[in-house]
Amino acid sequence: MSEIERHEDEGAKAFDPHLVRRLLTYLRPYRLRTVVSVVLVIFSSILELAGPAIIAIGIDLFVRPGDLEPVGISGGVRDWLQASGWMADPIAGINIAAAVYLLTLLGGFIVLYTQMVLMNLMGQYVMYDLRKQIFEHLQKLDIKFFDRNPVGRLITRVTTDVDALNEMFTAGFVAIFGDVFVLLGIVAVLFWMNWQLALVLFSITPFIILVSVWFRRGARRTYRQVRARIAAINAFLQEHISGMSVVQLFNRQEAEGAKFEVLNAKHRDANIDSIFYYAVFYPAIELIQSIGIALIVWYGGGQVIQGTLSLGALVAFFQYAQRFYEPISDLSEKYNILQAAMAASERIFKLIDTPVSIRTPEEAEQVSQVESIEFRDVWFAYNDEEWVLKNVSFRVEKGERIAIVGHTGAGKTTVTSLLLRFYDIQRGEILINGIDIRRLEVESLRRLFAIVQQDFFLFSGTVGDNISLGDDSIPPARVRNAAARVQADRFIARLPEGYEAPVKERGAGFSVGEKQLLSFARALAFDPPVLILDEATSSIDTETESLIQKGTEVLMAGRTSIVIAHRLSTIRSADTILVFHHGEVRERGTHEELMSIDGLYRRLYELQYRQQRELLEVSGAEVASWV
Amino acid sequence: MSPIRRLLHYFARHRWSLALGALCVVGSAAFSLTKPLIVGTAVDALAVSSSRRDLVWYGLLFVGAAAMQGIFLYLQRWIIIGTSRRIEYDMRGDLYEHLQSLPLAFYNEQRTGDLMSRATNDLSSVRMLIGPAVMHSFSSLLIVFGAFVMMLRIETGLALISLIAVPIVAGLVKYFGERIHDRFRMVQDHFGDISARVQENLAGVRVVRAFTQERNEIETFRKMNREYVERNRSLIKLTATFYPALHAMIGVMFVVVFFVGGRRILGGTMSIGEFVAFQFYLARMIWPLIALGWVINLFQRGMASMKRLVEVWDVAPERPGEQLCEPQEFRGALELRRLTFAYPGGPPVLREIDLNVEPGQTVGIVGRTGSGKSTLLALLARLWEPPEQSVFLDGCAIEAIPTARLRDIIAVVPQETFLFSDTIGENIRFGRAGSSEKEIESMAELAGLRDDVTGFPSGFSTVIGERGITLSGGQKQRTAIARALIRNPVILMLDDALSAVDTATEERILDSLRAVRRGRTVLIVSHRASSVKDADQIVVLDQGAIVERGTHEELIGLDGYYADLYRRQALEEEIEEIA
Repeated sequence: MSEIERHEDEGAKAFDPHLVRRLLTYLRPYRLRTVVSVVLVIFSSILELAGPAIIAIGIDLFVRPGDLEPVGISGGVRDWLQASGWMADPIAGINIAAAVYLLTLLGGFIVLYTQMVLMNLMGQYVMYDLRKQIFEHLQKLDIKFFDRNPVGRLITRVTTDVDALNEMFTAGFVAIFGDVFVLLGIVAVLFWMNWQLALVLFSITPFIILVSVWFRRGARRTYRQVRARIAAINAFLQEHISGMSVVQLFNRQEAEGAKFEVLNAKHRDANIDSIFYYAVFYPAIELIQSIGIALIVWYGGGQVIQGTLSLGALVAFFQYAQRFYEPISDLSEKYNILQAAMAASERIFKLIDTPVSIRTPEEAEQVSQVESIEFRDVWFAYNDEEWVLKNVSFRVEKGERIAIVGHTGAGKTTVTSLLLRFYDIQRGEILINGIDIRRLEVESLRRLFAIVQQDFFLFSGTVGDNISLGDDSIPPARVRNAAARVQADRFIARLPEGYEAPVKERGAGFSVGEKQLLSFARALAFDPPVLILDEATSSIDTETESLIQKGTEVLMAGRTSIVIAHRLSTIRSADTILVFHHGEVRERGTHEELMSIDGLYRRLYELQYRQQRELLEVSGAEVASWV
Repeated sequence: MSPIRRLLHYFARHRWSLALGALCVVGSAAFSLTKPLIVGTAVDALAVSSSRRDLVWYGLLFVGAAAMQGIFLYLQRWIIIGTSRRIEYDMRGDLYEHLQSLPLAFYNEQRTGDLMSRATNDLSSVRMLIGPAVMHSFSSLLIVFGAFVMMLRIETGLALISLIAVPIVAGLVKYFGERIHDRFRMVQDHFGDISARVQENLAGVRVVRAFTQERNEIETFRKMNREYVERNRSLIKLTATFYPALHAMIGVMFVVVFFVGGRRILGGTMSIGEFVAFQFYLARMIWPLIALGWVINLFQRGMASMKRLVEVWDVAPERPGEQLCEPQEFRGALELRRLTFAYPGGPPVLREIDLNVEPGQTVGIVGRTGSGKSTLLALLARLWEPPEQSVFLDGCAIEAIPTARLRDIIAVVPQETFLFSDTIGENIRFGRAGSSEKEIESMAELAGLRDDVTGFPSGFSTVIGERGITLSGGQKQRTAIARALIRNPVILMLDDALSAVDTATEERILDSLRAVRRGRTVLIVSHRASSVKDADQIVVLDQGAIVERGTHEELIGLDGYYADLYRRQALEEEIEEIA
């Protein structure tokens, strides 16, 4: 999560009823689990609190030090035991009390285990559902959305933000229940045993709350500072490690060292500041608890002397007094969790609620073949009125090959994006077989095309997966066949694991030419009616160059193709060449026609020619063979 | 130096505060152990019925002991944890200083991410070892031992039985602690995989859509998502066993005390006060026992991290070099004699380069990508070590001049512009510390940056990078040029430093540079003929060798690579101009 977003969290509400209501809908499939969990939490608090009470009764009834008469609960229990004739002798009584205690421990273990597993798994299932929903929505959102939202931020939605919610579901809600029940339990038991002593003991509660709140606030503030400091150190290190050559070139070691020293010292001091809160908090809580115990000794002791409190109950008070600070302190911590969760859920819901504008209309038409493709007076802008395409019209018949040429930024690649309906145009029509593409089923439209892009995107996975894209409908045989036809099989065979060879992130380790061949194989494996080829311009060695030449021919054979062309050979053999300039079609015709006029095409051609001559000179091949 | 010795070296620097901290640990343990005794005595006094006045005294005594314990606790944490932060500070400072002294070859082999993780994660687990691990192990051992001695005094048999709990609880914590840590890492690893997958899916969104692979992607994601739940399930089962088990274990200890203690009281060998005191001691021991198991893991992780840090420390720093040759004055005469160079383990990148540059000359270097242009500049700046006796500066072999001295008189504008996320002004001042605002502005003027900067909200104080504005490629390059110019170097090297600015701006910058160029040697590497056409000499590199050399006119006459480059650019401009 970015620092900016973290910062947003801190201003967020800890409880937003609207968000919570929506979050609770995710619990609906797990209603039973939730109810069972809550019931188990109650059980577990009861079992947890039973121990000291059992020992208290055991002491009063059986150990009976100083032969004091059992009073209070112990007295009640004795009366009840005597009435039912179950009063045992002291040794047997101690055994029974110990056994009952052991049973509550065993029961407590089972209940707590079950509850924790149930609750945490439920949290996981809810997160699973949420992640799935977010990811599926991301697969539908318009490409435009991705232009505007950096990938890094979107990943956070699926990962970190969802985890913040998990924290709330598992550690938050149920733990709050648990803490409250334990607290209520202690209060109830102590009041039941002796309400006066309970009141005296609880007089220290405000101090516990006060100290806890003071600590949480201070600790949170200093923690935030420490985090900001360490973030500054990390940013500095990150920058200076990657820019170490600049530091060394400019002899800046000393100056940069001094800057780092300042950051480092600030981090140290922020940490030392935060130690203060911890160093005070633990002893302070210890002291307050000790005051509680001293109060029990003084007031409770007095009651024992007067005979209004049993010794066993006094011992139990000591035990409970040591336990009841924990849930109070815990509760004060939950605030942060809730706050973070509210902020995260708000961001998640905002993403899920982002509408999708490019989608299949109702009563859409299916297409599986292409008779014609037509751009009719197309105007398009990514933003407002900054036209990238202006009044563009052209028509491609089945089996034809058109080449689009133009200088950088002429709008060539945009044509591809529009054909695939990554964006909707503002004016005009794009027609396939005479039907506006906005009336077609989006998937069936995209299946008409295979696109070979300039910067071929490799996914991590195997080489084979990158050809089939993991599509199960493409059998390995077809993958191999496709690779063989574009002669990509040769270099694949040289890889240690062949088609199973792993592809690292972004295809590191593959040359540009190899990536090109893989992209040809991918296009061929999908075997679409129309090929869109965005040729690469980068230099490749002769051998690969000629492989790519041949691959291109194989790909285009018998297929309608639209080529954003850089290679002279591809341009020359096109049925129609469209010359784009500043978003308009300036010239159109065959190579010969266009060469005969002294226009853009001739200049572009000459430029390409010179560039390719340079490429060829590297490898020593003849220019003549190109033209 | 071995990890332990290096660690001890840092401890030694702070030995007095550590010793004081240890004293405080002893103090807090001692007072903490007297408290149960007070309660026990008070309860016994009750059994033989005493007065309420006595009870007040017991209560006050108890609070007094607690207060003393509190003061020592406070000091112990303040001193020991504080010292651990100071040691962390020392180590981090030393580490960074060391990193700065390492040669560039080291950074070519190391991934930034790995170094970062050493400087952050590893350092932090070493800090955990120095602070919390040391403090808690010492105080835990003291308290466990002290409580045990006190329990022995109360009731030997019961104390011995309770002793069984020590290995059980500590073992439980260590066993589960380790496994929970491992499983947690497995969960985190998979979390990383999921992030990477989503990252790819989103970055490749156009490919996914174009090939209609959305369903496929959803299915893959579903599987990973499912696997994540499964891995969490095993983590959840562990934690759901651990905490309740620990809870139950502690409970069992109390049952045993009651079971045995009750009998002893009945038998008259133990008083109720001793019973209560015993319970208190037992309660005292629990947290230290848990801490011990945890501390063992901290020690293991901390030592492993220390080892990784020492690996970096053991890399030898770059030798600064001795002053073996001192020219009377650096004038910028460069001579390359049969310079041949290859990167470690690679084929030669430069072959037999001979070049003579007079002081004040401007040299243009052109050639295709990978022809060795940038390597040539890197050797002159000694970012890589050229072979001996092949590069001479003002009559001195370059290896005979200390690196720092050499870099003082040169300024490089690297191909990949690297700016720091600081203000624009500071980025220019980076070239020469202590430069005045006026100097910065005039350098920006020369670099053609000034008009851009005055358009920014806070001018030269505008912060760039993630926290500020994003500069365009051209603006970045021009900032880097200003940064180099402010050094007032004898030799200025521009490594394709104008590639991201349009030709008109390039023209302007070159014009203004012409004035500055006077009296200094300038080397310009470029892909564009326009950048070098006015140079005193132009060399064309191809596969590491000089294939053409001469002035612009001479090379045009040669009708080779350079002439073609020149015509191509003219053509490109012509196309641009067609509206």
